[in-house]
Amino acid sequence: MPSSKFTEFINGAKATIPMIIGAIPFGIIFGTLAEPSGLSIWGAMAMSLFVYAGSSQFIAVGLLATGAGPVIIIATTFVVNLRHLLYATALVGKVSHLSQGWRALLAFGLTDESFAVVNSRYLGRTDTIYAHWFFLGSIVAMYSNWQLCTWLGIGLGELFPNMTNWGLDFAMSVTFLGIIIPYLRNKPMWLAVISAAAFAIVLQDLPNQLGLVIAALSGICIGYASQQIEVRIRLHKATSDVIKATSGVIKSTSANKGSHKP
Amino acid sequence: MNETMMIAGMAFVTFGIRYVMFAMAGRIRFALWFKQALGYVPPVVLSAIIAPLILMPQGYIDLSLANPYFWAALVAAGVGFWRQHLLTTIVVGLVCFVLLKWTMM
Repeated sequence: MPSSKFTEFINGAKATIPMIIGAIPFGIIFGTLAEPSGLSIWGAMAMSLFVYAGSSQFIAVGLLATGAGPVIIIATTFVVNLRHLLYATALVGKVSHLSQGWRALLAFGLTDESFAVVNSRYLGRTDTIYAHWFFLGSIVAMYSNWQLCTWLGIGLGELFPNMTNWGLDFAMSVTFLGIIIPYLRNKPMWLAVISAAAFAIVLQDLPNQLGLVIAALSGICIGYASQQIEVRIRLHKATSDVIKATSGVIKSTSANKGSHKP
Repeated sequence: MNETMMIAGMAFVTFGIRYVMFAMAGRIRFALWFKQALGYVPPVVLSAIIAPLILMPQGYIDLSLANPYFWAALVAAGVGFWRQHLLTTIVVGLVCFVLLKWTMM
């Protein structure tokens, strides 16, 4: 029996709870950082309500603090959020039967966290008639928590104006560090990540965080190039192995022929 | 006004990226090289963001004991590779950071 829409919705919200726990400090810190960096209270709240993308909201605040203009901030948001294109590509087959309104709603809430939860709901399951309600449940839970935490953070920032000196920005660094670690499974990825970090440090003094964009693009190119090189090397090794093996077979068969007794 | 424009622009590009595939419902296909390159985007962008924050919080490279960002990140990375659990990594990193900062004050 397929589970009902309501059960799916609740299950989606429940499955998102671990992600919510991780996002709580993240959201609060965003709220506290907003004002000192020059964003108004309403601006901070509107960003959480309408942009709804944690990491790019942090970067926007960081850029604002350095005095960057809106065009640079929007362009950086675009580069940083390009990863969501990957998530959408992975899920599009599961939502293509839904109405355009449903698809727009689910796309709006396609965060790193909801993607992780929803993707594992679809994996290897056939009872997915109402799984879009699961998706929606995850989004509603994640979204309401993000709004609440932003609002809390804004309030805390007002109460303790020197909270930004506590070094809480480290929470964002350590969250991102935690997200990077599972990706580090092969040499090209290591190379990409390390070279992006190195470029970001060397180019730190470029205006408008241009260094960040150049570092990211260089990291992607280096990762992709080394992946291609690795594939070539493996292919080359595999072909030479095959050649060795076949020449071995030819030798042994010819040797067998020689010693063959009738 | 600048702020409204900025937020509207950010909302537009973010929603656009998330919606375009769903809107076209599989009628867009990307070249293999594009998909493979896209796979590097999340960790690379995040790494480029945090490297200066962790290694040069005062504006110059600082790997001395006086830089709690670096040492706490090192411990968090160790725990991250060992436990492979996001929340544990974050909590250990934060606790380590606060302890280091306090002992320095």
